[in-house]
Amino acid sequence: MVSKVSNPSDPHGGPPLAIKILIAGGFGVGKTTLVGAVSEIRPLRTEEMLTQESVGVDDMVGVEQKTTTTVAMDFGRITIRDGLVLYLFGTPGQDRFWYMWDELATGALGAVVLADTRRLDACFPSVDYFERRNLPFVIGVNCFDGADRYAPEEVSAALDLDAGVPVILGDARKKESGKRVLIALVEHVLDSMLRQRGTDLSMATY
Amino acid sequence: MGPSDERWLDEEAGPLVRPYAMTRGRTRHTRADFDLIAIIACTDATPDERAALGPEHEAILEVTRQPLSVAEISSYVDLPLGVVRVLLGDLLDQELITVRKPAPVTDLPGERVLKEVIDGIQGL
Repeated sequence: MVSKVSNPSDPHGGPPLAIKILIAGGFGVGKTTLVGAVSEIRPLRTEEMLTQESVGVDDMVGVEQKTTTTVAMDFGRITIRDGLVLYLFGTPGQDRFWYMWDELATGALGAVVLADTRRLDACFPSVDYFERRNLPFVIGVNCFDGADRYAPEEVSAALDLDAGVPVILGDARKKESGKRVLIALVEHVLDSMLRQRGTDLSMATY
Repeated sequence: MGPSDERWLDEEAGPLVRPYAMTRGRTRHTRADFDLIAIIACTDATPDERAALGPEHEAILEVTRQPLSVAEISSYVDLPLGVVRVLLGDLLDQELITVRKPAPVTDLPGERVLKEVIDGIQGL
């Protein structure tokens, strides 16, 4: 276990502290594009095989009976400094992979929900999911060429967001947009954290 | 695969199933649960200690000379996460790797780290 998260500058040169951020949203909304725009490495892909829980050690037959499918996740990495690394995971686009979402969301700092104003309903499941899990998130509106422009407040109202959930307009292809939405998320996490500690006067240094 | 064809095994199914041969049919490791962003580093194992390993174990040791997350290892050695986790368990049993687990859910990064992250992203 990481024993001292608040002091990750490991004087012993141990392996880095990793922070996980999820990039969610409907299929084709630009999750991998966003990851690629800010990642220091070309987005990588990892796969998980989902099989029914019936794999036996001695099971030489029956493979043909088994339901097998793969879930692919694209992810990228941002090295903040030696000993501190940010991982960005695109969530699998289809709802039937909630199983993977739970694993992804566990221990995550927060999430960016990418939205396309032409089909806003595609991001409802993501919004619902993070609200239910109480995981901080921001909405990144990927302003596709030719799509009508909406003000952040309009998007916020259409998604019925809680007050305080930031909505950022941008272009997932552009690095500066990606940076803005990620910074908005980390600031949002920080705000929530400081609000929770609001009564603690020792935190007044912020 | 399309959204509705998961019930069928087609020509793609072979490679999907076969990787678990590398784990001798095991889909879970008895001991360890490797998070996606747990950071793995190989230890300085002698060739002797590595003698009994399979090529996939070797491949993992090769890429973890530089500490890497479980997700990256899966991507670099081109094996599904579940398979990688079983193989990592083998390596851990033989003390050929070290694992740094991510911060527990209740112990997310503090204010100072988050500000560092914001500055770091700003500087990209």
